[in-house]
Amino acid sequence: MGSYVPNTEQERQDMLHEIGYQSIDDLFVHIPAEMKVKDGLNIPSGLSELEIRKALQKMASKNKIYNTIFRGAGAYKHFIPSVVNSVISKENLMTAYTPYQAEISQGILQSIFEYQTMICELTGMDASNASIYDGAAAAAEAIAMCQERKRKKALVSAAIMPSVLETIKTYCFGNEMELVIVPEKDGVTDAAALRSALDDSTACVYIQHPNYFGNLEDAAAIGELAHEAKAKFIMGVNPISLGVLKTPREYGADVAVGDGQPLGLPLAFGGPYLGFMTCVSGMTRKLPGRIVGETKDANGKTGYVLTLQAREQHIRREKASSNVCSNQALCALAVGTYLAAMGKEGVKNAAVQCTSKAHYMAAQLAESGLATVNKGSFFHEFITVSDKPSEKILEALDGHGILGGYPLDEKRILWCCTEVNSKAEIDEVVRIVKEV
Amino acid sequence: MLIFEKSRAGRGICTLPACDVPEVLPEKEHQREMKLHLPQMAEGDLSRHYTELAKKSHGVNDGFYPLGSCTMKYNPKINNDMAGLPGFTEIHPLQPESTVQGCLEVLKTIDVLLSEITGMDRMSMQPAAGAHGEYAGLLLIKAYHESRGDSKRTKIIIPDSAHGTNPASAVMAGYSVVTIPSGPDGCVDIEALKAVAGDDIAGLMLTNPNTVGLFDKNILQITTIVHECGGLNYYDGANLNAVMGIVRPGDMGFDVIHLNLHKTMSTPHGGGGPGSGPVGCKDFLEPFLPSLMVEGEEILSFKKAEHSIGDMKSFYGNFLVVVRALTYVMTLGKEGIPEASRNAVLNANYMMNKLKDLYTMAYDEVCMHEFVMSLEDQKKEYGISAMDIAKGLLDHGIHPPTMYFPLIVSEALMAEPTETESKETLDEAIDVFRKLYAEAKDNADTLHQAPVTTPVTRLDEVGAARNPILRYHWQE
Amino acid sequence: MKLEQGVLYSKSHEWVKEDGDCLLIGLTDYAQSELGDLVFVNLPEQGDEIALGEAFADVESVKAVSDVYAPVSGIVAEINEELLDAPEQINESPYGSWLIKVKDVSEKEELLSGEEYEAFVESEQ
Repeated sequence: MGSYVPNTEQERQDMLHEIGYQSIDDLFVHIPAEMKVKDGLNIPSGLSELEIRKALQKMASKNKIYNTIFRGAGAYKHFIPSVVNSVISKENLMTAYTPYQAEISQGILQSIFEYQTMICELTGMDASNASIYDGAAAAAEAIAMCQERKRKKALVSAAIMPSVLETIKTYCFGNEMELVIVPEKDGVTDAAALRSALDDSTACVYIQHPNYFGNLEDAAAIGELAHEAKAKFIMGVNPISLGVLKTPREYGADVAVGDGQPLGLPLAFGGPYLGFMTCVSGMTRKLPGRIVGETKDANGKTGYVLTLQAREQHIRREKASSNVCSNQALCALAVGTYLAAMGKEGVKNAAVQCTSKAHYMAAQLAESGLATVNKGSFFHEFITVSDKPSEKILEALDGHGILGGYPLDEKRILWCCTEVNSKAEIDEVVRIVKEV
Repeated sequence: MLIFEKSRAGRGICTLPACDVPEVLPEKEHQREMKLHLPQMAEGDLSRHYTELAKKSHGVNDGFYPLGSCTMKYNPKINNDMAGLPGFTEIHPLQPESTVQGCLEVLKTIDVLLSEITGMDRMSMQPAAGAHGEYAGLLLIKAYHESRGDSKRTKIIIPDSAHGTNPASAVMAGYSVVTIPSGPDGCVDIEALKAVAGDDIAGLMLTNPNTVGLFDKNILQITTIVHECGGLNYYDGANLNAVMGIVRPGDMGFDVIHLNLHKTMSTPHGGGGPGSGPVGCKDFLEPFLPSLMVEGEEILSFKKAEHSIGDMKSFYGNFLVVVRALTYVMTLGKEGIPEASRNAVLNANYMMNKLKDLYTMAYDEVCMHEFVMSLEDQKKEYGISAMDIAKGLLDHGIHPPTMYFPLIVSEALMAEPTETESKETLDEAIDVFRKLYAEAKDNADTLHQAPVTTPVTRLDEVGAARNPILRYHWQE
Repeated sequence: MKLEQGVLYSKSHEWVKEDGDCLLIGLTDYAQSELGDLVFVNLPEQGDEIALGEAFADVESVKAVSDVYAPVSGIVAEINEELLDAPEQINESPYGSWLIKVKDVSEKEELLSGEEYEAFVESEQ
C-alpha cells in the first residue's frame, strides 16, 4: 500500500511534538466521535505498484482493440503525430495548475494563446476561449450565451448528435430557456419548419454541419433566416472538415462550437475530449470560461495573462453567466500541437482524404447491396440501408477485427471513413459485406 | 516567440501517405474559401518550441505548491501509465458492450469505491470538472423536487465563504441564491441559517471543512435544519482531502456531493484541466442521475436511470482521468486513504504553527488540511499586501498560496501543503516565508517590484482587459 | 477626493446633474479611486426602466465587479456609448463621464451637497 506520504512515523512524531501535540488524532478533535468512520472504510487494502499494474492491465485486456475502425458518431479515429504525446507528457506542463500566477505560467498561457489563434483560423471566427469540457457542453453553453432579456427560445435542429441534443435539453432544464426542436426532412434541417418557428423571442438557432447523418446543411440559408429574425446563428462543426469545408464565418455564424477530439485526442472510451467555442468579436465578452490575452510586463516584454476574468464565476459569483472554472487545458495543448504538427497542408490533406475515402466506400458498398441513404453531399460520414440485418453485417466485420459503422437500426448503419483508413481496408470491408 | 513566428513556408512533417482513392471534394458552394494559416515547421523546431514553453511552466513535479483549495498533491506516474494503456486509449465509446467489459469494470469499480469513501449510494463519472459536478448535483435536487410536485422551492442557501462556482452553478440550475454570513469563527451562523430555512428552500450548498480550513462541528445540526424545512444538502467535495477515510459526507447529513478527482484523487491538473467532477447521491436520488450507469455482476452493461436528468456532456466522462483516479484509490486502499488525510492535516498544522508568530492566522485554532493567513495588519503597518508576499515567493521558486480567497478574509493567503510533502520541504518553505516577512518589514519597496527572477515581471492586466488581444494575426 | 460644482451626490457614490428635463448620472471621484482601473462598463439599454435603490449598471476592474445603484427612478433616455470602448474615462474624468441620461424621473432619494457628501465619506472611513 502506498500513499505517497514521505514522512516516516518518527518524522511525524517529531513534527507533532514540535507543535505541541501527542497524536494526529488530536488534530481531528472537532469531528464528533459518533460521526467518524468506525473500523475503517469497507474497501480493499491498498496494493503495491506491481499488483496495481496487473489489476489495471487485466481490466484493459477485457476490452477489444479494433485494428480497423469505420465508426464515428461523435468519436473519430484520426492520425495523431508522435510529437503530440511527447508534448503533453512534459511534466512541467502536465502537473501545472491553472495559470493564475502569470509570471511563472507563461508556457501554459502561451500554449493556450496559440491554441485560441489556431481554432480561430480553422473556424474563421474572431475570438476563442481556452476550451470547455466537450462539444456537447460547448453547444449548450453557446445556446446559453445567446440569451437576452426578451429572447429565451432556442431553436435546435433534430439532425444533430443525440447526446448533444440531450445535453442541450439538460442545460435548458437548468437555465429554463425554451427549447424548440426543428424537425429534419430528407436528412437535413427542415428550413420551412425553421422559418415558421422563428419569432422575436428566439435567442438562437443551432445546427450541426456536417450533421449527425453526415449531410451538409444549407447553412448559409439557415443563417440568413436566423438573422432576419434577429436571432443568433450557432454552428456545431467538425474541426477536421474545416480543412476543406467552408468555415462557419463564411456561412454567417455568430458562434461556432464543436468537439476538438479529432485534432489529436485518442478515442479513450469517450474522454477527455475538448469543446471549442469561438465567436465574432461582438460576442467576445459573452464567452464563458477562461480566455488568454496578450499584454506587456513592467519592462515592456510581451507576455500572456488570463484576461476578461470579470466575466467568470470567481469574480461574478451568482451574476456570472456560467459556472465554468476548469477548461481542458492539456487537451488544448494536444490540439495545438496537432495543428502545428499537421500544419496547413496536413489538415487539408486529412480533410480531403476523409471526403475521398468516404465517397469511395459509399460507392463500393452501394454496389454490394448497401445503398447510400444520403441524398446530398456528405463529408466523411454516410448512412447505408439494406435488407441485410445490421447486426449480421457488423458481426461479420467484428470477426475480422473490424469495427463497422454505428447501427442506427436493423437496416441502417452510419459509416465513417477517415484518412487513417486505407483503400485496402475499405475493399476488405466491401468483400466481407458481400458475403453476408 | 510565438509558434507562428517560427513558421516557414514549405516546411512540415511527413504525416500522411498520399490518398489511395480518387480525390473527391465537396461541391463548390461548400468549399472553404477563407485562407487557412497554420504553422509550417519541421518536427525538430516544433519539439524545441514546446520544450521552451515547458521551461516557462511550473508544476507540482517542479516544487512545493501550497495552493489552498486546490490540493496540489503529487501526481503518481503509475496513474499516467495505466491511463496510457492501449486497452483504454484505443477504445471507441460506442463499441458493443461485450467488447468494453474492462471499461465498464473501471466505471463500476470507481463508483463502488468512491461511494464507500463518501458515504453515498451511487456516483456518476460523467461531469468533467468540479463546477460541472456541482451543476449536475443541483439538477438532481431540482428534478427531485419537481418529481414531488413541489414547485415553490426556488432558492439555494450558500455561505458567503463559498467558492464562486457554488452560486454560479445554483443560478445556472435556475435557482436564486440566499447568502448567509459566516460567524466570527468562520463557520455557518446557525441563527442566520434558521432565519432563512423555509419552504422556498430547495437546498443548501456547503463544504466541510469549509473554505477557511475549519471543520464545522455543528454540521449535523446544520444539515438537520435544512432537511426539516424540506431542503436537500449538497456537499462541495473540494476539501475532501482533509477528512477522507475519517468521516464521510454521507454521514454528515449530505444527500448529494461532487468530488474533484484532480484535487483529492491525485490526477494531474494539466495547466487547468482536464479534471473530473463525479456527482454522487443517496439512493432516493439515483433515478435522476445523468448519463448511463453500469449494471450487472459478471456481465456488465449500461442502463439509463429511470428519470435521468439527461446528459451533462457526451459519453461517460473524462474516462482516462477516471482511470488515473481508480489507480490511485486502489493503490491507497483502506489504510492509505485515511493516512493521506491525516498527514495532510498534520502538514498544514505544522506549517501554520511555525508561521503564526509572524503571520496573522485568520482563525487561531487547529486547522484541517489548509489554513488562512491575513496580511491586513501587515498592509496597514508596512504597506505589504497578500499580492506582494505571493509575488515575492515566486522569486524563491515556490508557487504562492491562493490569494484573496475566501472573500470573507481580507488580504487572504490560503496555504494547503498536502500530505505528499516531506518535513524538509516544509521547513525550507517555512524559512522562505519567514525571510520574506523580514524583507517586507525592512524594505517593502523591493517586494512591490517582485517577481524579478521570473521569465516576465508583473504584467499589465488592466491593458489586457481594456484592449483584449486574444489571438495572433498573420500579416498579409 | 475631488468634488464638482453643480452636481448632487448619493450615498452610494453616484453624482446627479440636471440636463434640461433629464438627469445625468455618473460615478464620483471617490468611487472611481476605490474601484481602481476600470476595464469595462455594462450599461442598460435605452428605454429600460430603472428603479431607485436597484442596480442599473455594473463596472468591472481586473479583479472585481461592482454594481452601480440608481439614485432615482425613471427611464433611460440615452447611454454614454463612448464608455463602452473607453471605460478609463471614468477614472480620468469622473464628472465628465456620465453613464446614463434619465427621463421621466419619478422618485429621488435624498441627495447630498458637496460638503454633506464629503462629510459622509469621511464618516464611513
